Amino acid sequence: MAETLLEGRELTKHYPVTKELLHHTVDWIRAVNGISFTIERGKTLSLVGESGAGKTTTAKAVLLQEKLTSGSILFKGKDLHRFTPSQLKMEYRPKVQAVQQNPWSSMNPRMRVRDIIAEPLVVNTKQSKKEIRSRVLELLEQVGLRSDHADHYPHEFSGGQRQRIAVARALALHPSLVVLDEPVSALDVSIRAQIMNLLKDLQAKHNLSYLVIAHNLATVRYMSHSVAIMYLGQIVEYGDAEKLFEQPLHPYTRALISASLLTLPEDEGEGSKQIILSGEMPSPLNPPPGCRFHTRCGEIRDRCSNVVPELRVVGQQRVRCHHYD
Amino acid sequence: MSKIILQVEDLRTSFFTRQGEVRAVDGVSFHVNEGETLGIVGESGCGKTVTGLSILRLLPEPAGRIVGGKIILEGTNLLELSKKEMRGVRGKMISMILQDPMTSLNPVYTIGDQITESVRLHQGLSDNGVEKEVVSALRLVKIPSPEMLLRQHPFQLSGGMRQRVVGAIAMSCHPHLLIADEPTTALDATIQAQYLALFKEVQQKTKVAIIFITHDFGVVANMCHRVGVMYAGKIVETASTRELFKAPKHPYTTALINSVPRLDQKGDRLYSIEGQPPSMMNLPLGCRFFPRCSVAIEVCGKQEPPQVEIGDEHSVSWWRVK
Repeated sequence: MAETLLEGRELTKHYPVTKELLHHTVDWIRAVNGISFTIERGKTLSLVGESGAGKTTTAKAVLLQEKLTSGSILFKGKDLHRFTPSQLKMEYRPKVQAVQQNPWSSMNPRMRVRDIIAEPLVVNTKQSKKEIRSRVLELLEQVGLRSDHADHYPHEFSGGQRQRIAVARALALHPSLVVLDEPVSALDVSIRAQIMNLLKDLQAKHNLSYLVIAHNLATVRYMSHSVAIMYLGQIVEYGDAEKLFEQPLHPYTRALISASLLTLPEDEGEGSKQIILSGEMPSPLNPPPGCRFHTRCGEIRDRCSNVVPELRVVGQQRVRCHHYD
Repeated sequence: MSKIILQVEDLRTSFFTRQGEVRAVDGVSFHVNEGETLGIVGESGCGKTVTGLSILRLLPEPAGRIVGGKIILEGTNLLELSKKEMRGVRGKMISMILQDPMTSLNPVYTIGDQITESVRLHQGLSDNGVEKEVVSALRLVKIPSPEMLLRQHPFQLSGGMRQRVVGAIAMSCHPHLLIADEPTTALDATIQAQYLALFKEVQQKTKVAIIFITHDFGVVANMCHRVGVMYAGKIVETASTRELFKAPKHPYTTALINSVPRLDQKGDRLYSIEGQPPSMMNLPLGCRFFPRCSVAIEVCGKQEPPQVEIGDEHSVSWWRVK
């Protein structure tokens, strides 16, 4: 049994909608609604969903960039609420690092690569300049860059190389968890493969855990050990990556998979009919009653529109759908 | 044999910068038939967008110029038209859909104003006729209650709806050719699926020829009848979609297809192409893929490969065909 590194329990984040003048709250945007997940050491959990599903809010909560409305995050079994501010700074933040989606906006254009990678070390450790310099060179080598790259500026690099620099920066403090927010979606096809392979190699070498935020299912299948499919602030299906892709249970998961399959024009109509959902994701300001997916679901029953389905265990997955009651 | 709508011959487009000439498109030839979708795939910087802009003669002048070739739309070489004549072609004969609907729509005008503009310009109808035409364009892209939508502004619509509006504007004057430059990249997966299905339906109804510019092989497989693969300003391979996926010839095509993670296959490692595309300022000698190619032979690094026909509608620029 693998060791649990981080656990999210019933995470909820509601953003207030305020009236301009007196700032009194008139409504709530229910971005994330009671989601729970576990990330094991050395493994990857992916949060998948379309824009507005709440996946980035979840990642921000894990990175302590957003205060949760309710729910708790446990790091190595200990509730983050019970960490003192200095403990958070010493024991949590350095261990949980992030790589952002867009390598063009996540780096200061006026800093040299050497200083970009060294910054977390300067801020968080008391290492000497010499130690830091050798650590930077070591990191550059790990992500497949040359030591003479250290003195260049970000604009001198291609997107793939910049993403390597971002990975090097994230690894500087020997983290146990790296949050990867759409790590390859800004990159070209031939470069994506390079970065995904690099991330997998680094994971194996350092026993890293990843929390991946993605919308591309093929990328997710390649990277992840477990997957949570999110829709309108809830997890609708959660389980082992292999099982989930082989036997998707929730109608939304099936539609997503169908949308990302490579189908040749001639193959159409030969059994593998593409599922095309009607409509769009409703607003999180006013989510529909009952199952949140029922407005777009092709397999709707009576109770779907008024009874909220529970996330229940079906086989080895968990799924939120009345079909499995 | 279906009618050829657009024939591009040896198109060369360059940008003249202080550092020198950048040959963004360097001798590209292809054709599109009526009712057909031609995909142009490639990575960023390969010249696919510039090809699209060249056809419409919308290059940022004076830096960008078409320096050679022919663009023949139903018998007329567009490069010989005056600026005024060209304005009659844009929007009427050829229209374009861009990647991000938020930037291609004007935020301060209503949807109605924006669709009406091109209809009024090109069709010379009465007010009543214009409105009918506009509503039928919105119906074509399956917008529910179009009459209401006409009074709304772009910010009131979702991304998918906005892109439908852009599609309606593009189709409003019944063009013969539609150039779609990454039209679904900004959309979510399920919305993308909706939009692509809609595209196919519109094409069946109107017989419009489509040039679909994309970097996504999934979209190509789903949408296109034929595909041209571009690399560093040149088309390296053209084939029917089926043949391209079943029997790719050029090592770049093969590598590109192999490096796309597939949902229906679980691999442990992805195939990856070493290195990165060459700088357009400093192209390698011979074949442009030579520095990254794993099966290159001596001649590849010395001379540009000729384009060889290897089958029905399948041609490749590669030295090792035989």
